[in-house]
Amino acid sequence: MKAFIVTTIVCMIIYLILTTGSGTEVLGLWSFIELAFGLLLSVLIGFIARSVFVKDSYRMLNPIRWFLFLGYLIGPFFLAITKANLDVAYRVITGKINPGIVRIHPDLKTDLGVTMLANSITLTPGTLSVDIDEDTNDLYVHWINVDKKALERKPVECKYICGNFPKWIRRIAE
Amino acid sequence: MIFDLVIYVLIGIGLFFNILAGIGLLRFPDVYTRLHAGTKCTTFGSIFLIGSVILLGLKMWWEKDTNGSVLALHSALALVAILLTNPVGAHAIARAAHRSGIKPAQAVIDELSEEPMNVTTDERRGGD
Repeated sequence: MKAFIVTTIVCMIIYLILTTGSGTEVLGLWSFIELAFGLLLSVLIGFIARSVFVKDSYRMLNPIRWFLFLGYLIGPFFLAITKANLDVAYRVITGKINPGIVRIHPDLKTDLGVTMLANSITLTPGTLSVDIDEDTNDLYVHWINVDKKALERKPVECKYICGNFPKWIRRIAE
Repeated sequence: MIFDLVIYVLIGIGLFFNILAGIGLLRFPDVYTRLHAGTKCTTFGSIFLIGSVILLGLKMWWEKDTNGSVLALHSALALVAILLTNPVGAHAIARAAHRSGIKPAQAVIDELSEEPMNVTTDERRGGD
């Protein structure tokens, strides 16, 4: 029942965003007929897809986690993206690269957490997630400028690759 | 007036990083390093380009034009889609490339294929 409600609400929100400007009756953005049809479709989809969309945990229903996620996106994530782009700009112009594929052990347990970390890694300075070891949740990361110091310990410590991202993600998704 | 100026500046930044991604695709040696340029720069550039479109939409909305709301909200949804799918696509391409046996060019270390390269950075630089 909970899964059905969550799926329906998410569907309804996306439908509302996609049909803005359909009329002026509700809040100046939607028409009644559009809302009714959207609700009908959302309920139908919520019924069909509830077991696909929600797996087993309702951890992400907690609003504190949403605000943490938003704070993560605006704060450390945006900063890292900016740094990444200046870094790539430098490498595009000078052509200095020193690449390699290293293995890191972020010690995250949930699928959502690993997905978020892999996506964050891809968008942050000099790193690109290539593969994952599904038993231990270790990530293989293509690193454009391998640090000699980092290679002394195996597996490579996370702080060289992704800073304090695992801490944030553990707070958000686990 | 100032609002328009901000929009132009945002478009400029977005275009600069997208051009950088294009140059990176031409200059880097192999698929992995090209993906670096292709994902980071296009995502960052798109954030600014879409940000400018959202600002334009909000301005039109403010001036009582309902098309503005359509523009702003749809662009925001497009931004979310880009942020979600761009890294996933890059990951899929990199993984497929590695599975089909493409070694990273000039690699110092490759722990995924479990055979550390013997050539160190200094030797490679000397050999060039």
